[in-house]
Amino acid sequence: MVSTALKKNNFQNDIGTVETKYYTFAHPPNELVLECGERLGPITLAYETYGRLDARRSNAILILHALSGDAHAAGVHGEDGATGWWEEMIGPGKGFDTNKYFVICSNIIGGCKGSTGPAAINPTTGRPYALGFPFITIADMVNTQRRLIDHLGIDRLLCVAGGSMGGMQVLQWAASYPERVRAAIPIATALKHSPQQIAFNEVVRQSIMADPAWRKGDYYDHGQPEKGLAVARMIGHITFMSDRSMEEKFSRRLKNGVFSFNFDADFEVEGYLRYRGANFVKRFDANSYLYITKAMDYLDLSAGRLIRQDKLIATRFLVISFSSDWLYPSYQSQEIVRELKGRQVDVAYCELKSTYGHDAFLVETAEQTELIRNFLRVTQQGYHSWPGRGTTVGGFA
Amino acid sequence: MNMERNDTPERADHRVIYEAIPPESRVLDLGCGTGELLSHLVRGKHARVQGIEMDGRSVYECVKKGLSVFQGDIETGLTEYPDGAFDDVILNQCLQEVRKVDFVIAESLRVGKRVIVGFPNFAYFRARIMLGLGGRSPVTASLPYLWYDTPNVRFLSIRDFRIFCLDKGLHVLTSHFIGANGPVTFWPNLFALNAVFVLAKRKEGK
Repeated sequence: MVSTALKKNNFQNDIGTVETKYYTFAHPPNELVLECGERLGPITLAYETYGRLDARRSNAILILHALSGDAHAAGVHGEDGATGWWEEMIGPGKGFDTNKYFVICSNIIGGCKGSTGPAAINPTTGRPYALGFPFITIADMVNTQRRLIDHLGIDRLLCVAGGSMGGMQVLQWAASYPERVRAAIPIATALKHSPQQIAFNEVVRQSIMADPAWRKGDYYDHGQPEKGLAVARMIGHITFMSDRSMEEKFSRRLKNGVFSFNFDADFEVEGYLRYRGANFVKRFDANSYLYITKAMDYLDLSAGRLIRQDKLIATRFLVISFSSDWLYPSYQSQEIVRELKGRQVDVAYCELKSTYGHDAFLVETAEQTELIRNFLRVTQQGYHSWPGRGTTVGGFA
Repeated sequence: MNMERNDTPERADHRVIYEAIPPESRVLDLGCGTGELLSHLVRGKHARVQGIEMDGRSVYECVKKGLSVFQGDIETGLTEYPDGAFDDVILNQCLQEVRKVDFVIAESLRVGKRVIVGFPNFAYFRARIMLGLGGRSPVTASLPYLWYDTPNVRFLSIRDFRIFCLDKGLHVLTSHFIGANGPVTFWPNLFALNAVFVLAKRKEGK
């Protein structure tokens, strides 16, 4: 605690110590009806909040995380000192400025980070759901988050933002509840997975299910299918980087300087992937990985499904992609822009230059901060908040 | 806080366009650059604006200001917009860089009620002197490029554009001419550096 307290004093950009909170709802007999038709309840969502909700409840921003993310987007956890996954973007004076905004980060159903998922106990059997867990979709994730937002007493969100699968949830929020979202920031994401993206997810799932330790999902008494899940994560990490970033990070460097002439990890890149894989099995449930990748593959908001034909919506969009991201290439962000143009929605779109591949949305925070800060300011206060040339408006500068 | 009065644009062509756009108009600016004109329109005219710009760096500058701008080229950028999506479509200082001029203007008139076209006048008297007497490709304040690094692919005069409007059945609502020292009323095709035309579709027929 001393170290976090010190940190708080030394760095005014830090949020300080935060705690994950939990909201449980949909108690039987009022279970939530999922898109697949099944009912699920009770449901717990893990979430964190930073900053303060203003008196008009108009400054709330919902942050949504990617496939393996969690509710801990910013600040420091007291018990283990872990910092948030978007620490650089959320905090006092940062892109999502907690001096101005009330920032909420919600976990997802189907996950394993404190929310109800396949590893949770099924109240009717007293055992983990495992494959008895119903199939969930991105729309189901958003519906549960909507319940959380209701619970927090927020009628209209200033903004929903997130990258990768977080971006998919952002798009689904705009599709499901446009009247409750003033602005949307989908980053490095897509209206739908391409066959290539589905293919990667299928290889990921097969590597988990091919591990005998998976036991048709019923492994909770025996331990995770570690080998399969580690390979699944290794595949993921390859797709998160770019050819260039891998060259810069590893090149062909050897771990021990010479070839081993066996199947140990000779190259640094091999060692890195093994390390990432081995670490991942300690923190993520294999069945969650299966369910969530499936939910991503099912999403399709193309062909007029993002914004309904009969609706004119006031939500503003800021779409961001990264030049070296081949997992969610810029053309997919441009498809989002085209959908929005057809529905006459205000949209800003920027492809940021980066060599980091898909990881860029977590790494390239300086330019994202500039774009997001001003987008949010205009959304909240209008264009008159500009500290523009020749005007006498200086109060917001 | 008297920002409306303070907020008129500095550039003469921007000022003319700014004055031509009614308050609270829905505006699309094609080739919006770093968004100077759009900034003035949202502040002073409370316009609802959208910009399209080819240059990535300029797009970044616009988005950084909070403007709704995205990267795209003018010739393909209008396709998805439904008919009449905007009140005013601005094509300022970019027509001379466009190949399919009549397509772009027709598309602009499809998505907008009015189209505001601003372009440099190739028949400005200094340009005539440079070409006619000097025997060199003109370089003027409004056409500042040397022949080998110009982005321009169309070289048109005010008279050319009037004839174009007649041929294509375009209705010229107003026209404005800007010289080196302000508005030009006398013999604009000779003395104007830049022209701004406000166009609309003909009511009947074409």
